[in-house]
Amino acid sequence: MTKNGMGASVRRKEDYRFITGSGQYTDDINRPNQVYAYIVRSPVAHAHIRDLDISAAVATPGVVAVLTGADMAADEVGSLPCGWGINNKDGSPMFEPGHPPLAADTVHHVGDQIAVVIATSRAIAKDAAELVEVDYDELPVVAGLEAASADGAALVWPDAPGNVCFDWEIGDKAATDAAFEQATRVASIDVVNNRLIANAMEPRSAIGEYDSGKDEYTLYTTSQNPHVIRLLMGAFVLGIPEHKLRVIAPDVGGGFGSKIFHYAEEAIMTWASRKLKRPVKWTAERSESFISDAHGRDHISHAELAMDDDGMFLGLRVSTRANLGAYLSTFGPSVPTYLHATLLAGTYKTPAIYAEVKGMFTNTVPVDAYRGAGRPEASYLLERLVDRAAKVAGLDPIEIRRRNFIKPEDFPYQTPVALEYDTGDYEAAVEKALELSDYDNFESRKNASAERGKLRGIGISTYIEACGIAPSNVAGALGARAGLYEAGTVRVNPTGSVTVLTGSHSHGQGHETTFAQLVTEALGVDFDAVEIVHGDTGKVPFGMGTYGSRSAAVGGVALVNALEKIRTKAKKIAAHLLEASADDVEFKDGQLTVVGTDRSVGFGDVAMSAYVPHNYPLDELEPGLEETAFYDPKNFTFPAGCHICEVEIDPDTGVVQVVRFTAADDFGRVINPMIVEGQVHGGLTQGIGQALYENCVYDESGQLLSGSLMDYCLPKADNVPDFAVTTNVTPCTHNVLGVKGCGEAGAIGAPPAVINAVVNALAEFGIDDMPIPATPERVWQAIQAAK
Amino acid sequence: MQTKVSCTLNGEDVSADVDSRTLLVDMIREQLSLTGTHVGCDTSQCGACVVHVNGRSVKSCSMLALQAEGAEIITIEGVDSNGDLHPMQAAFREHHGLQCGFCTPGMIMSALDLVQQNPDPDDKEIREWLEGNLCRCTGYQNIVQAVKAGAKSMRAGGKEAE
Repeated sequence: MTKNGMGASVRRKEDYRFITGSGQYTDDINRPNQVYAYIVRSPVAHAHIRDLDISAAVATPGVVAVLTGADMAADEVGSLPCGWGINNKDGSPMFEPGHPPLAADTVHHVGDQIAVVIATSRAIAKDAAELVEVDYDELPVVAGLEAASADGAALVWPDAPGNVCFDWEIGDKAATDAAFEQATRVASIDVVNNRLIANAMEPRSAIGEYDSGKDEYTLYTTSQNPHVIRLLMGAFVLGIPEHKLRVIAPDVGGGFGSKIFHYAEEAIMTWASRKLKRPVKWTAERSESFISDAHGRDHISHAELAMDDDGMFLGLRVSTRANLGAYLSTFGPSVPTYLHATLLAGTYKTPAIYAEVKGMFTNTVPVDAYRGAGRPEASYLLERLVDRAAKVAGLDPIEIRRRNFIKPEDFPYQTPVALEYDTGDYEAAVEKALELSDYDNFESRKNASAERGKLRGIGISTYIEACGIAPSNVAGALGARAGLYEAGTVRVNPTGSVTVLTGSHSHGQGHETTFAQLVTEALGVDFDAVEIVHGDTGKVPFGMGTYGSRSAAVGGVALVNALEKIRTKAKKIAAHLLEASADDVEFKDGQLTVVGTDRSVGFGDVAMSAYVPHNYPLDELEPGLEETAFYDPKNFTFPAGCHICEVEIDPDTGVVQVVRFTAADDFGRVINPMIVEGQVHGGLTQGIGQALYENCVYDESGQLLSGSLMDYCLPKADNVPDFAVTTNVTPCTHNVLGVKGCGEAGAIGAPPAVINAVVNALAEFGIDDMPIPATPERVWQAIQAAK
Repeated sequence: MQTKVSCTLNGEDVSADVDSRTLLVDMIREQLSLTGTHVGCDTSQCGACVVHVNGRSVKSCSMLALQAEGAEIITIEGVDSNGDLHPMQAAFREHHGLQCGFCTPGMIMSALDLVQQNPDPDDKEIREWLEGNLCRCTGYQNIVQAVKAGAKSMRAGGKEAE
């Protein structure tokens, strides 16, 4: 292993600036002559705007401008686009409502943008926003899936009957129905997958800046994918060509999906900066984040699993309603469909699967990808159902999984729901998790808990996910309106240091370290001589950004491909310098050597020669040493694993504490084990958050009841245990790194493991179901009802 | 109406003209241009804005700038000594106690106050102390390890290389 190369737990390059307070997040940036924006948002969930009076706000000293939807319409500002189209069962396209960045005449959810007040200070802008008078003509509200699907429900959009955006299906219905006819046992379950709010610690922020001399725009924004924002905002909303628009996503304080999407505020700041010829800055307050960041999850599903006498799965039938919110967020429609229903095979060889998904509008904040995006919903549904199937079949939860696993010899395995898994070993992960969790001694721990008056339960999940999103032609055929490749440029500088320009974006994942490890591994240059540049469309040629655990599997592979081009060219240069054939040159540990001789040249000398080509094969090679690769993967990657959770429940209070948690994950090859473990810890904590603490709640009138960190419970340090984490590696078969991705696994595998453990702990009361999150009140009520 | 506030910030005498409603964190970030102290919420839950005021950790979003008159304020920018990382900072890097880095300055400032009061905290004490500091990335485990290691290094007078 190269020191600081692949597989080394190298300490992170980026940490110095963060631990010394010298990171540069968007809100830390201030531009000369900057003014501050405050957004006037709707306090009601559904209403016509009868009248909008901005005169008092405009007259406030220090206010520079108050701009409204009418101003946007006059400037022909476009609608915020949706990046993924879904077709109905009959082949017709989904209903796609317009989404003006500032509402034109109707607001559709609490938090909908109505006007922007721009002033010389934040405080003045906020004060003046209070003076904007809006006269609302309130309309009936549907604030959740049940209300939206009730007979005679009010409509969010008059042209979307039944509040249905799309009614979609996947799989073979006839074959699945036939499987149920053969079945001797059937397990079924109804699950609600709770609505969540990502709550990255850094609130969203945007600064628009216009250079009138050059007619150029710069947007600083808290984004996971600045190139995507440039494309969406430039092409669809503001009509700015790419070469006139630079998007910079500097240090970004967490994303978890919520910073993928193109948000209204980005367009508003950029547009306003041109109108005012001044930089315009907006930063969300946390309570504003709650009503303007895209939310996640929010499904209601019914699922049935057909089995034979031996507990072998014959068929799976799933019906899901998914809340999309009031408007379609950038990737909203893809989440409950192609990122959810395609994962319903799980790790099992179920021969027939049929799923139907209704995407529905409600008067709530748009719903889109949040860590895992569709896959946690699939995993939760399936892993809860399999536990129930174990009871129906009279089998141990682990035994029923073992019987039905796809076996190592079955790969590549084509599921009945579109995906082809390349590799995996689910049994091996289970074995590792059982050992690490000391599963065999659970009963003695349960008895010890009982002596302290506590109920102890154990739960398992064997999840799978599809990551590294994935071949552009496949994604395009499924409705994606973007390509899903990644780009990487390797620039070897004349003195041998290396600058990498990557289209991936790090907002906590540590690319500046892991990508530098790949460079060190390939070129043998010193780790400290490598710089990773990301997050700036003015510097990085192109990119699709970071989401869906795709950075290593797509961006990392693009980088490795560019590095291979560098190696090839470096060998040719060395061959010239050493008067040998390039085929005879070996490139190892930063030295280029003619095989079988002591004739050798260092990579630094090769680099210098490329830029000072005095002795150089100019008739065969261009000077310079810089290469770019675009990589479009052949398939998704399929990380999978086994999570085992142990909980202790206080029957007097209903409080659930996770006391042990074990994760054995298969992420393929690992670049930096320390960073991978950190990703797992964070994902597990968000998964435990979903299972026990976090819940986004609207009342019937569409008011967000969980609208602050006092009401929405994020896991705190004493809510989670130390995790026992290990990996079981089956390298991905279709990328050169053999990597699969690790960012989302924790959030996918943990919720069903936790709830299975809670249900297991409560089994003595005859309880076999528990809504998620399993709050103390719900657990206590369930115990009381059972008594 | 603005009022002049004078205090020391990381050992230097500073002053700023502030509104009566200006929060300490806004004075530090906007007027005194030290942006290592972050704002992550508006209800005093997240702890990203923790600084030391007269030697104790304080959420600088829950204190008015005017209340800092005459105070000694230390922010994350004042923790190292002449460019050498403080042992607690070094421990956060060594133990991967940070990912996106946004909560990190508040975490470190809070941890330093803990160690000041309890030089040898155990895991449980660290987890309880950090209840007022939210991290969405790390799952806390490596933060707890970092604080323990930082405390150990501080007990050794910072000599133990972390």
